[in-house]
Amino acid sequence: MTQKNRLQSGGRIDRSKPLTFTYNGKKFNGFLGDTLASAMLANGIDIVGRSFKYSRPRGIVAAGAEEPNAVLQLGATEATQVPNVRATQQELFNGLVSSSTNGWPSVETDLMGTIGKMGGSMMPPGFYYKTFMYPKSLWDTYESMIRKAAGLGRSPLESDPDTYDKINQHCDVLVVGGGPAGLSAALTAARSGARVIFADEQNEFGGSLLSSKETLNGAPASEWVNAVVEELRGYDNVMLLPRSTVNGYHDHNFLTIHERCTDHIADIAPAGQARQRLHRVRAKWVVLATGAHERPLVFANNDVPGCMVANAVSTYINRYGVAPGNELVLMTTNDSGYQAALDWHDAGRKVVAIVDTRQNPKGDRVEASRQRGLNLITGSAVIEVQGSKRVSGVSVAPISADGNKVTGSVSKLSADTVASSGGWSPVIHLSCHTGSRPVWNDDVVGFLPGPTVQKQLTAGAINGSYSTSTALFEGLNAGLKAVAEVGLSASEVMLPKAEEVNEGAPMTLFHIPHLKPTSQAPKQFVDYQTDVTAAGIEVACREGYESIEHVKRYTAMGFGTDQGKLGNINGMAVAAKALNKTIPETGTTIFRPNYTPVSFGAIAGRDCGALFDPERYSAMHKWHVARGAKFEDVGQWKRPWYFPKPGESMKEALNRECLATRESVGILDASTLGKIDIQGKDAREFLGRVYTNAWAKLAVGKCRYGLMCGEDGMVFDDGVTSCLGENHFLMTTTTGGAARVLEWLELYHQTEWPEMEVYFNTVTDHWSTLTISGPNSRKLLAELTDCDLSNENFAFMDWKQTTVAGVPARVFRISFTGECSYEINVQANYGMHVWEKLFEHGEKFNLTPYGTETMHILRAEKGFIIAGQDTDGSVHPFDLGMGWCVAQKKPFSYIGKRGMAREDCVREDRKQLVGLKTTDPKVVLPEGAQGVLDPKAPIPMPMVGHITSSYWSANLDRSIAMGFVKGGLNKMGEKVFYPLADGTVVEAEICSPIFLDPKGERQNV
Amino acid sequence: MFHIYCPHCAEYREEEEFHASGQAHIARPLDPEACSDKEWGEYLYFRKNPRGIHHELWVHAAGCRKFFNITRDTQTYEIKEVYKIGEQPSVVAQSGNSK
Ligand SMILES: [Zn+2]
Repeated sequence: MTQKNRLQSGGRIDRSKPLTFTYNGKKFNGFLGDTLASAMLANGIDIVGRSFKYSRPRGIVAAGAEEPNAVLQLGATEATQVPNVRATQQELFNGLVSSSTNGWPSVETDLMGTIGKMGGSMMPPGFYYKTFMYPKSLWDTYESMIRKAAGLGRSPLESDPDTYDKINQHCDVLVVGGGPAGLSAALTAARSGARVIFADEQNEFGGSLLSSKETLNGAPASEWVNAVVEELRGYDNVMLLPRSTVNGYHDHNFLTIHERCTDHIADIAPAGQARQRLHRVRAKWVVLATGAHERPLVFANNDVPGCMVANAVSTYINRYGVAPGNELVLMTTNDSGYQAALDWHDAGRKVVAIVDTRQNPKGDRVEASRQRGLNLITGSAVIEVQGSKRVSGVSVAPISADGNKVTGSVSKLSADTVASSGGWSPVIHLSCHTGSRPVWNDDVVGFLPGPTVQKQLTAGAINGSYSTSTALFEGLNAGLKAVAEVGLSASEVMLPKAEEVNEGAPMTLFHIPHLKPTSQAPKQFVDYQTDVTAAGIEVACREGYESIEHVKRYTAMGFGTDQGKLGNINGMAVAAKALNKTIPETGTTIFRPNYTPVSFGAIAGRDCGALFDPERYSAMHKWHVARGAKFEDVGQWKRPWYFPKPGESMKEALNRECLATRESVGILDASTLGKIDIQGKDAREFLGRVYTNAWAKLAVGKCRYGLMCGEDGMVFDDGVTSCLGENHFLMTTTTGGAARVLEWLELYHQTEWPEMEVYFNTVTDHWSTLTISGPNSRKLLAELTDCDLSNENFAFMDWKQTTVAGVPARVFRISFTGECSYEINVQANYGMHVWEKLFEHGEKFNLTPYGTETMHILRAEKGFIIAGQDTDGSVHPFDLGMGWCVAQKKPFSYIGKRGMAREDCVREDRKQLVGLKTTDPKVVLPEGAQGVLDPKAPIPMPMVGHITSSYWSANLDRSIAMGFVKGGLNKMGEKVFYPLADGTVVEAEICSPIFLDPKGERQNV
Repeated sequence: MFHIYCPHCAEYREEEEFHASGQAHIARPLDPEACSDKEWGEYLYFRKNPRGIHHELWVHAAGCRKFFNITRDTQTYEIKEVYKIGEQPSVVAQSGNSK
């Protein structure tokens, strides 16, 4: 296809490097240096999508990040699909595949016309607001239709083949934006020796200078730009980041930069290269030189393809050698807009008219237009555009000096392109990100960055300083200030001489009047991406929304992926006019990170797949894997859940493991239990303060179970602590609670009792813990140790330092199963050795490995709690029937004591943990089931407590459960009923939670 | 993301290394048994939520494991000072500013 809108010469494209690309299945040509948007315009592609709500055809409006319409889907393959790409920011590469996202089944045909109109009437202003207030079922109906009809891009269905990086950076000065202000700031900072990061979202530095014909020092501006960039490139202290959008400005001068490393080269990054990189920068000082976006004017049918902002027209002509049409009508409220007409004329195309809303425009560019003989219509406006898929003409009429009404007769002009300029809006987005509220400035006719606590400077158009000479000067000053603030001395920078252009005063006008009232005039769009019109905003104001923040939520203005970069100020102006207020009186506009959409890949970086979250393995992990263990996540630990034999179901495996342990001997890898080494002369006293029971008399060589409570008296962890020496203890915690308990101990030591001499250290990973349990555990251990294991020498709750399988070991005779049990702790690297030795010798005892599920069943048979399963932060030791573990006579008021004594904690009818036996022994209650005393009570039934633990016990050949029942400890033998979701009601009897061996004879052998 | 100076490590580190632990200067009553339920409840549950100057307890959890205090402006997120446990803040809210 021919590039019918490509000019014969000019632009920063390389005509010797032709490229082909695909849009909606058709092949087109462009050149290296094009953006996708400029190539589309060169090929005369008018329609790039259909609008969200009304399904109106939409074309390219702008040339940069502010583009609301040309938001395309990219990707040659399923795996490389990328949604949300602004064609104006995507550099063209050979073989690029793109498609429109808004428009089904085709953007060209108007199949959606009827439905689109229906959608329009179905979605009046306040649609979202109102819909969300109604049942969700309604939204489901609307949403599927809207999404299908409008389309918002889609995620790939296959894994992204590219890799992404994250990198942490530090610098003295981060300069954001590579236009004249940014260039002079970066140059000044760089020459002083400061560590500078200089980022710009475009492929080359230069900003506005790239798209204009202006001169610096009498030569094309690009010569100065090249010289500066060349010099900066030579400095070791400078990092240049083109194609890098500073997307977020966060607290304490932390900024994120989204660098697109290979998006301009190919669909998929070359081997060994990251596609994108997220720089996380801590900057001492930041210079924002982010420029300004031109505001389009709001007039009837201003969304017909061919309507553009004036500056974009100049950019396409000057930078890309593309004139996006043949006959231009320019409407402007200010002098700068004239440049589009001048460039259009100089490109050899026809300027039909310059329509200036001002009565008496004066200024250099106005003069230049007159000299070129252009048709200047003053005191007038384009009140309406004709055309549907492309502009075919305009209606021009004189308007009043205040811009509020049409004052004369309408004349029609033929045109295919309408450029409009309502002035400029400084790009203040980043300065808003940390909460600084922008301030309206009447002279600039826009919001300027507000006061901030960040170490932030601004230069150039972001300050409303639109001339190149002022931008250069402000950049220099910002550079000097930043350099001085970081303690460096500045060196001389000579600024180039810019052309001085005299400009007349602009007119403050946003919304062009029509012959009809706004509500009856053809649609006047404010926010293209969300299809918000001037009439819609007026409706919102009429319905009583007075703050712009409410108007925005009501209309969805600014809620698109472009965050209303083009439309927000116009929308505020329309609201202000409707409310008879000034713009600042309606509120302000706040922007949030990110400035432009960031891919999930860049945010994730390498933190995906196996690197998403660390996994912790015990020293015996490989053995478990080899034995076919099923694993369970406990915190970051991978713990064996159960060890099925080939063909075995989970239930069969659990029954086998449970029976084998109580009949002979089972083994559990308990290495993940938290272990905290506690030393110091006050260690014992400290334990007494953080545990509810007594520790004063625990002798060396003895172990004791302890309960840990918060100051509210509620249990939060438990475990066995052993006395290793007079001033030396080993505390064990739950697997998941280890880090929290350590921080808890440190908190109290450091903030409440710093006078105590005690030290804590985590030793969880230092030890492997191998727990053998069952009547044959002693015989098995005896084969691997010389230690006297007799009950007289090594009793229950003793520990011994000894040797097991030839390696030093601490053996603890403690039990979580109720069986005779030994926890063998060896240095972690010996874990696998001892584990294998145990199996070598254990074969004759049918040594059976078991995991967390069997551990849970065996402990439940004994009524032992699991903190975090049978407790939830609202139960104290007495609720658990564990008053035996609460000391009453300790001299120090330990943590939890006062809390447990609160009025609410001593109520008789608190929920208390009891055992529950279902009347039908085969029925296993679901955990979480809520109990009631009267299953016939009217709904809502009074609930008396829930099931916390429930299992099938193979040893008891029946189900067992533990749960809370109000006043349950005094209700032994009474019935509780559990109505289930399927309509059945399970009856159970309250009993002791100790289902097996209530006297503890099995462990005391 | 905050940039926090740990007074024990004596250097700035990223917020990721720290945990916030709530309002600072909540001293455990020396004689809990002498507290009424109301007093104990106030010690346990009642905390300030000021707009402006706030004193917070932080811990360098993934660093030196030491607790320390931060005076922070909850509106601007500026950290006005850091100081060790047992020390008093030098930046305090003007009266009427800490509702
Ligand atoms: Zn530290």
